[in-house]
Amino acid sequence: MNKVYDTVVLGGGPAGLAAAVEAKKAGAQDVLILERDRELGGILNQCIHNGFGLHTFNEQLTGPEYAERFIDMVKDLNIPYELDTMVLDLEDKGEVKRIHTINEEDGYNIIDTKSVILTMGCRERTSGAIGIPGYRPAGIFTAGTAQRYINMEGYMAGKKVVILGSGDIGLIMARRMTLEGAEVEAVCEIMPYSNGLTRNIVQCLDDYDIPLKLSHTITFIHGKDRIEGVTIQKVDEKLQPIAGTEEYIPCDTLLLSVGLIPENEISRKAGVEIDKRTNGPVVSELRETSIPGVFAAGNVVQVHDLVDFVSEEAGLAGKGAAKFIQNNLSDNISFTTETDNNLSYVIPQEIALDNVEDAVTFYMRVRNVAENKVINAYFGDKKIATKRGRKFVPAEMINFKIPKSKLEGYEGKLRFVLEDK
Amino acid sequence: MFDIAIIGAGVAGSYIARECSRYQFKVALIDGESDVGNQISMANSAIVHAGFDAPSNKLKGKFNAAGCIMYGKVCEDLDVPFNRCGSLVVAHDEFEMLKLHELYKNGLQNGVPGMQILFQKEVHEMEENLADDICGALYAPDAGVVSPFELVVKLAENAVDNGVELFLDTVITDIENKEDYFLLKSNNQEFKAKIVINAAGIYADDVYEMVGDPYFELLARKGQYFIFDKEVGDLVNTVIFPCPSEKGKGILVAPTVHGNLLIGPDANPTEKGDISTTQNELNNIKITAAKNVPVIKENFGKIIRNYAGTRNTPIKAEFTTTDGDFIIEESPVKKFVNVAGYESPGLTSIPAVSFYVLNEIILPICRRENIEIKENPNFNPKNKKHIYFNDLSSEEKQELIKENPKYGKVICRCETITEGEIIDTIHRSAGAKSVKGVKKRCRAGMGRCQGGFCSPRVVEILSRELDIPMDEVSYDKKKKSYILNGKTKVVDSNE
Repeated sequence: MNKVYDTVVLGGGPAGLAAAVEAKKAGAQDVLILERDRELGGILNQCIHNGFGLHTFNEQLTGPEYAERFIDMVKDLNIPYELDTMVLDLEDKGEVKRIHTINEEDGYNIIDTKSVILTMGCRERTSGAIGIPGYRPAGIFTAGTAQRYINMEGYMAGKKVVILGSGDIGLIMARRMTLEGAEVEAVCEIMPYSNGLTRNIVQCLDDYDIPLKLSHTITFIHGKDRIEGVTIQKVDEKLQPIAGTEEYIPCDTLLLSVGLIPENEISRKAGVEIDKRTNGPVVSELRETSIPGVFAAGNVVQVHDLVDFVSEEAGLAGKGAAKFIQNNLSDNISFTTETDNNLSYVIPQEIALDNVEDAVTFYMRVRNVAENKVINAYFGDKKIATKRGRKFVPAEMINFKIPKSKLEGYEGKLRFVLEDK
Repeated sequence: MFDIAIIGAGVAGSYIARECSRYQFKVALIDGESDVGNQISMANSAIVHAGFDAPSNKLKGKFNAAGCIMYGKVCEDLDVPFNRCGSLVVAHDEFEMLKLHELYKNGLQNGVPGMQILFQKEVHEMEENLADDICGALYAPDAGVVSPFELVVKLAENAVDNGVELFLDTVITDIENKEDYFLLKSNNQEFKAKIVINAAGIYADDVYEMVGDPYFELLARKGQYFIFDKEVGDLVNTVIFPCPSEKGKGILVAPTVHGNLLIGPDANPTEKGDISTTQNELNNIKITAAKNVPVIKENFGKIIRNYAGTRNTPIKAEFTTTDGDFIIEESPVKKFVNVAGYESPGLTSIPAVSFYVLNEIILPICRRENIEIKENPNFNPKNKKHIYFNDLSSEEKQELIKENPKYGKVICRCETITEGEIIDTIHRSAGAKSVKGVKKRCRAGMGRCQGGFCSPRVVEILSRELDIPMDEVSYDKKKKSYILNGKTKVVDSNE
């Protein structure tokens, strides 16, 4: 009979590494990481700027440094990993999960395991997805692709740059390309507020006098072979371009930082239930998906803005997988969660309090900038907790920690509502 | 001295070149682009039409149904994805039902097999996502969808394998008629050819003016499209046409041969070379397509790309714009053959048209002009099999990777395209030289992430396999559509 692993982790990025480490520490013996790229670390490898690890390690690390800390833990715990290995399929066979992989050395491989942790991360939205009219020339990159060319391959992607979208990768790339000698003409953001972290606006745009044009979008791409310029336009409250506000900006490069999408192709094919709001799996407190024994964490569940929270979430999934294989995971759901319309989602969607030690952290985002507001948590009419903050913005994930003691004794739905202070 | 020079390596030029290679002619296939099939053949509806709407008294009517029938064989020989999924022209009212009967009658005249008029219940049983008010349809089981760019690539590959010489990045700038031969001047080199075939697509009128007095003019009419994620590729199973109008066949909804969903095109006059998409027209396409398949409205979030292509609509003195026919003839300039005004159903008609051009035009010219006609005993109609890794069984995958480990490395995650497939497309005859070339041939970068993850890898593979620096790899056109411009600031580790 084939070997059956305790836990196989799909993806060796920040979520996968932390999940594997925690699973092993919590008692899973045979843990394996499958990574499709040529090294562990995932997208952190191309994030050479610093700012990672403040929450986890209390210091500022670069992306590769942050990854290295976890890679060292993986090595210290003797957790095996396979690189350049692509997972083609995940099958739920009840007792075991069957993973189909390929790589150059072993060819087509079948791996059986008792539990799986999905940590495939996310991908960037493209120009096709947002449907900018105009030509389709060379020189249009998602910010992450440009980052890979510059930081990993050592090649410049252009000299005169316009950036659409103020997501964090776009802001980081505005600074990176400026440092490499490119001129960044403008960052256009269709929303009236930025979609990146405030510190990135300050450190990546303001410090280099790069204009951030809020309520602006690109309405035409010029240039048949290589991009030659863009037409930008102001938009109204309904995000529709306003006639007469057209402005032509010559450029040879357009970077897009217009959102990230969890990569759930494998999850979907395997039959994992997906939450339409997050585009990620519906998960429990220990990040178990709708398929028992299949866990998920990191950007595959929800797009995070800080890697520290990815690691934290992955730790939960690792713990969950270890409990599962030790028959120690309760499936006794205490309650589910929901939000009002001012919040775009909440994670986790289901809670079994038996699996909770001392508290549950709920993650959520506001749909619009909210000042002088609080988020209240209700069971029915009963308010059980309140999250305060100076200002809630869509770009920053809110973590709302509620002690287990306050959650006990209720059933039904825990509802999160944005309300006046 | 070439026996035959073909200007334009789109579907017409490439197919005719391949047909000519059945004989021992010395053939030059010339195109100004950096790849074959890069203009009209690249951006169109990708439909193989059954042939009921082409007027039976025109060349279009003569070649359409025959071309459609011939598609199965040629796609099998050349290993091109083709799916005879059938088509429905849907009617919303009695007036449109009458129109369907007219199409049906015209189809009979054109020799379209198997057509049926379906009534409400049958139509909705066949396609569950059609609008409720659709009361009937004309069903043509022989219509299909094809990958037009793969077809052109494979035609050119087969032509080259059978002896045709391919010249890319070569723009014909002037043609001199030397009586015994034509002297073709270009940005690169001169060509002498006894016979010239003008298959220059939208520029065929300009090319003809280099040798003769203009007798036709081509009007560029732009059509815009959307491609949806494969997740919604099964919203329809057949090609759904609205009832045709004077503007053309209308905005269709169709599955693509690779499992995506396609909607479009509209038809608006434009300048030659304009393949830009525009906001208002894109919006209209969405609205119009949803009239026949309303569920599309809920799936606009699944769009992965928009694009536009042009038709080259002929305006000949005796024709109006909309009933202009193909211009397929030896022109008033002897030995100069025009295959022009080659708009829809050009893609469908091309197998029949190429047969006609070879047997009814070229061979008679050769006999008349004493150009030697000798069959090519080595002509092989088949291409080397294309391996689509994702379509193989697990055993076949295992076997293949054992044989060539490069098939064990997935480069394009969205479409599951391996390094082995990419390397293969680069080294075939008329192989890929650019990122777009790779994309057209094996779909790396065609998926939902649109090359976000794989394009740096594809650039690396092209650089290695073609032995050129990374920053000389282009997206499409040599040099002009460069991707990278120079290295980043280098820190010398020896300092």
